[in-house]
Amino acid sequence: MKLTRRSFIKTNAIAATAAAAGITIPGINNAIAKTSSKQIRWDKAPCRFCGTGCSVLVGTKDGRVIATQGDPDAPVNRGLNCIKGYFLSKIMYGKDRLTTPLLRMTDGQYDKEGEFTPISWDKAFDVMADKWKEAIKKKGPTSVGMFGSGQWTVWEGYAASKLFKAGFRSNNLDPNARHCMASAVGAFMRGFGADEPMGCYDDLEHADVFVLWGANMAEMHPILWSRLSDTRLTKEGCEVHVLSTYKHRCFDLADNGMVFTPQTDLAIANYIANYIIQTKAYKKDFVNKHVNFKKTPTDIGYGLRPEHELEKKKTGTGGKLSGISFDEYKKSVEKYTLEYTSKLSGVPEANLLALAKVYADPDKKVSSYWTMGFNQHTRGVWVNGLVYNIHLLMGKISEPGNSPFSLTGQPSACGTAREVGTFAHRLPADLVVKKKPHRDFAEKVWQLPEGTIPEKPGYHAVLQNRMLKDGKLNAYWVMCNNNMQAAANMNEETLPGYRNPENFIVVSDPYPTVTAQAADLILPTAMWTEKEGAYGNAERRTQFWRQQVSAPGDSKSDLWQLVEFSKRFKVEEVWPADLIAKKPEYKGKTLFDVLFANGQVNKYPKQAITDDNGNVYPNDEMDAFGFYLQKGLFEEYRVFGTQGPKKGHDLGEFDTYHKARGLRWPVVDGKETLWRYREGYDPFVKKGQDVQFYGFKDGRANIITAPYEPAAESPDKEYDLWLSTGRVLEHWHSGSMTRRVPELYRAFPDAVMFIHPNDAKKRGLRRGMLAKVASRRGDIELRVETRGRNRPPEGLIFVPWFDAGRLINKLTLDATDPLSKETDYKKCAVKVMKA
Amino acid sequence: MSLTTPQTSMTRRRLLTETARTVCGVSLVGLGLGFYTHNARSLPATSLRPPGALEESRFLAACIRCGLCVRDCPYDILKLADVVDQAATGTPFFQARKAPCEMCEDIPCVAACPTKALDKSLTNIDHSRMGLAVLIDHETCLNFQGLRCDVCHRICPLINEAITLEPQHNKRSGKHALFIPVVHSDKCTGCGKCERACVLEEAAIKVLPINLAKGELGQHYRWGWKEKEKAGKSLVTPDTQHQYNLPKGLQYDHAGDGLKKDQL
Amino acid sequence: MITLLKSTVTTSGRSRLQRHKWLLIRRLTQLSIFTLFLLGPLADIWIIKGNLSASLTLELLPLTDPYILVQSLFAGQTLTAVAISGALIISIFYILVGGRVYCSWVCPINIATDCASWLRKKLLIKSNSLFPRNTRYWLLGLTFLMALFTGTLSWELINPVSLVQRGIIYGLWTSAFIMLAIFLFDLLISRDAWCGHICPVGAFYSLFARFGILRVSAYNRNQCDDCMDCFVICPEEQVIKPALLGAEKNISPVILGINCTNCGRCIDVCDKNVFKFSNRFTHTTTSNDFPNRGSSQ
Repeated sequence: MKLTRRSFIKTNAIAATAAAAGITIPGINNAIAKTSSKQIRWDKAPCRFCGTGCSVLVGTKDGRVIATQGDPDAPVNRGLNCIKGYFLSKIMYGKDRLTTPLLRMTDGQYDKEGEFTPISWDKAFDVMADKWKEAIKKKGPTSVGMFGSGQWTVWEGYAASKLFKAGFRSNNLDPNARHCMASAVGAFMRGFGADEPMGCYDDLEHADVFVLWGANMAEMHPILWSRLSDTRLTKEGCEVHVLSTYKHRCFDLADNGMVFTPQTDLAIANYIANYIIQTKAYKKDFVNKHVNFKKTPTDIGYGLRPEHELEKKKTGTGGKLSGISFDEYKKSVEKYTLEYTSKLSGVPEANLLALAKVYADPDKKVSSYWTMGFNQHTRGVWVNGLVYNIHLLMGKISEPGNSPFSLTGQPSACGTAREVGTFAHRLPADLVVKKKPHRDFAEKVWQLPEGTIPEKPGYHAVLQNRMLKDGKLNAYWVMCNNNMQAAANMNEETLPGYRNPENFIVVSDPYPTVTAQAADLILPTAMWTEKEGAYGNAERRTQFWRQQVSAPGDSKSDLWQLVEFSKRFKVEEVWPADLIAKKPEYKGKTLFDVLFANGQVNKYPKQAITDDNGNVYPNDEMDAFGFYLQKGLFEEYRVFGTQGPKKGHDLGEFDTYHKARGLRWPVVDGKETLWRYREGYDPFVKKGQDVQFYGFKDGRANIITAPYEPAAESPDKEYDLWLSTGRVLEHWHSGSMTRRVPELYRAFPDAVMFIHPNDAKKRGLRRGMLAKVASRRGDIELRVETRGRNRPPEGLIFVPWFDAGRLINKLTLDATDPLSKETDYKKCAVKVMKA
Repeated sequence: MSLTTPQTSMTRRRLLTETARTVCGVSLVGLGLGFYTHNARSLPATSLRPPGALEESRFLAACIRCGLCVRDCPYDILKLADVVDQAATGTPFFQARKAPCEMCEDIPCVAACPTKALDKSLTNIDHSRMGLAVLIDHETCLNFQGLRCDVCHRICPLINEAITLEPQHNKRSGKHALFIPVVHSDKCTGCGKCERACVLEEAAIKVLPINLAKGELGQHYRWGWKEKEKAGKSLVTPDTQHQYNLPKGLQYDHAGDGLKKDQL
Repeated sequence: MITLLKSTVTTSGRSRLQRHKWLLIRRLTQLSIFTLFLLGPLADIWIIKGNLSASLTLELLPLTDPYILVQSLFAGQTLTAVAISGALIISIFYILVGGRVYCSWVCPINIATDCASWLRKKLLIKSNSLFPRNTRYWLLGLTFLMALFTGTLSWELINPVSLVQRGIIYGLWTSAFIMLAIFLFDLLISRDAWCGHICPVGAFYSLFARFGILRVSAYNRNQCDDCMDCFVICPEEQVIKPALLGAEKNISPVILGINCTNCGRCIDVCDKNVFKFSNRFTHTTTSNDFPNRGSSQ
């Protein structure tokens, strides 16, 4: 049925009124959907939220996404979604979408203390470019930087990497994945010489035993959890072991649920290794052939500012590995007996023994999963590695069902942050800026003069904030994240840097987040299917989507912003003369010419983007720049995987991905890789090798011993409780999108403090009362919850961080893992009192 | 003033007719009011009483419509029914979908009640029975389709007691469990949080007055296994020790598994 | 009659304020009571919580409407100590001040019916009583019977008095319409129809007046010039007659009729200062009865 003019006007009028009144009318999308469901165009896209990478079909009509459905043909989710995915069609239509650049101004001039005033893109980039040039001129390239995202599309991350590392010659580019995945990356690199899991989600069906180390999959990876649960239900003898510092929803399914004292996971993992060695259960053959033993410096501090007491006390630094023998390794874990570990961790001996036994059982396939419990840890790299140790000792790795698997939080933490290498120390495909051959390769691919990419790693996430505060980083672009809400100790270490008069802060976001409000310039940004994109999920699956609709108002994609901004700089303004002298043909050219109109990126001319049904899709960036930008970037980026110095990072051709429902790399000859490092599964393992960890030259993985060391801040007499922060199923990405969906807001409106009833009682608090929680760094007020989804033990509280009205990161400590530089959001000391 | 007989009889007649008229009128009012009362006596399905409320007919006798419970509700959940509301005029009620009971530990509404309409013997809010959640629409409930919503479960103040998730194999997808929300009437307080939080346009889970929500088993039947559990043993004993003709290596378990191999 | 009324007004030497003194005090009282109730929800000053059916003052003093409590009793409810003590306090109060003080000093409907009554006179509406004054006692009986037989507070479903007072305090908008309906009823159907003939709440409270201490006395009835102002203004004019005109029969000047609402309007309107607030035990009058009566007739 056709929508009549009258009813169309009526619907639009209602929608317009509703938008003006600040209400999203729930039924309105469906009303349209019902009248003309035939005219809806359906196309695939990955979900915008977590790292699971569920695929959805996006229904578009009249330039608006009006519906979604779980993609029944997607292997990850088979038509299912969690409750966030169910509301995907609403996330772009929050009433307060930003539609025009906003600059802090007074009397028509930029003023750090001024009011946000709408301006044109031209003016915005003028002001911005001035600030960039001024900073570079005054203090050099290290005074400019960018904080990016694991929610960036692959080519956005790639373009940002090129613009900063090559264009501005500043390695001060870090993604918010630093808060999320850096420890996992560190451990992968140290253990295997190559990033990302060896297994894939199919392990969820193949394993006999699941062990969750600091992962609340039931809430954070809901669809993976239903796969795990299905295996537990249908497979005889299947067991689930759950370790956490408080009881959460996964404990419902746990055959062995263990609540341990924060930080003692280090000891528990070592105990298991010790048990395996003591019972001689380890696979001698595997260990002899495929493993080296190493040790890492200990007492390495907590990544705080150097003048901090704890940093002065440390006796070791860094993570330089040195080889040890099996016996030395054996000796290093001997201390972790059952009695000692049980006492330290508070987990009963029987539970620990049961856990150790499943790992040690040669007939049981074990998959271990972890997320932020391990990664946001001042010994995150260590503890990731300690679990690899267990799997390597038993040879339970790189085959179906035997998988140590680090799950990701963001939709493209793997695809963009890690694979593209948007970290301050990285380049695409596991290359690093420190290594000359790696830089050389990148410069070759990018057609840059030798020495363009600086050798020194840039400022990582936490250091960026410190440098902003200290006035050493002055022109700063925050894109596709909400770091004011997400950064630890934000009140003391983040906000001061943003408001430092020496600095100019730009925030690109679709919504006025806490971060945007702290900025000097806000750039309205296109999101999700308002642009063509690609995400890489936690199982190495790269998924593409086409642009479905155009962004509202003057919103532009991150990609457009990065590439357009590059037009503002002549190489002379950012590169030294001696560098330009090496490539005189670049004289007088803009960064756009050098980086993007380089004959590679602009290789693919403008074309009609169509699907097999003849539907035509927009591509705003192609229209703006006159060539198929995304394809050009991806094809250039692909060279790093197919020809780079690190093997096994091959991606398929651009066009394949628009046809496939995601492909798991390395993709060789059009074939996906399910399990890496195992002969038959992985095309890079030489015949007859059986297993080959080819990330290292000798093909061996590292078992790295590391001891238990205490947390940076533990409860004491005054601050007598542990604070752990985290998420809830209903809200993701700081709630900037989910809190704008009325139904999700209603389902979990405001952050609460999950606290043990006895702890509440001791402080005269009852459920529902307003309480104050304070650390040495700040305090907030929120309601007491003694029931509900999370049940902390006595001595620990849990507060989710999605709530912009209750910024728990005022309290958290900006202590990081000195190796991965990832903040520990799970452990600091607080006190709780009546508000 | 001297009154004559006819006048007296006139006055008396007038008095009589007047009285008869009054009685008639008042009776009619009574009749109408009676019908109205009858209709107003059962609580409408969408309205819930505060915690500790007596059974509805007794509640309507005991509640004096003072609204003290409404005033002491710290979350302003309770409302007094207006004439146009479905609940009896002037009585306190709440609608789960609009604003559910927050289940205060000190139950201030009950404490405020000057009569017995809200039962003072309710001291633990978990024992209140404001209604009973019913997952009415299995076809639309996202969890029945395998989606991971379970918002009703996580929002439940008695999570895993009043609402549990029962995992079932998802035959359609083949590898994702369904988490079926199941309400347990022995624990559900009827606070309405689940109905409020249900993300559907029209909630699939609703809290209904208990008489609407709950079936009743015939007096003539007992659940055998529950009776056994209550008694702690079989109601009829003893049973003989059963013996079977079996080939070697096999056993037969009378009560449990039936035919099975010898334990090695 | 009209000319008489006019002449007395014009010849009166008393100010308008004097002629409305008790009316104003009454209105002020009514407003104050509702202001106290509304201070809580509107200004978060919680002096009185609840409503006229039951309330709690300063978290301490419980008050309960005895009428609703008796209905509850008929409906088969056992009563709580709080409710009983609250009702006792109210009962003692109304025994002291006269039962139907509730009607004229507290009940908000009184404002509507007074207005209707005033407007009737202005508009010369003459339609008259369809109901005998004792209808209310029949209805009162009925409310108890209904409670008994239905087992619920049946009358409270439609009782306009509680609907309106509750509506004002709790912001239920329908109360305005009920108030309007009663106003129109009194204005167009019959004079003082609601309060003077039908309302069982008033009927219930009138029972306290059997023992009411505070009473209006026509202590100066010898000054009465038969101007009829008091009869015209009184919503229960039948109560005045014995006290005002009973000198010859040696009837006490104290108005003992249980339906006198102690509204004080007779005191206000009487230019001869015939009436004053007194008590039921003081039967004295000023001497020299009726010097003016002959002249005015």
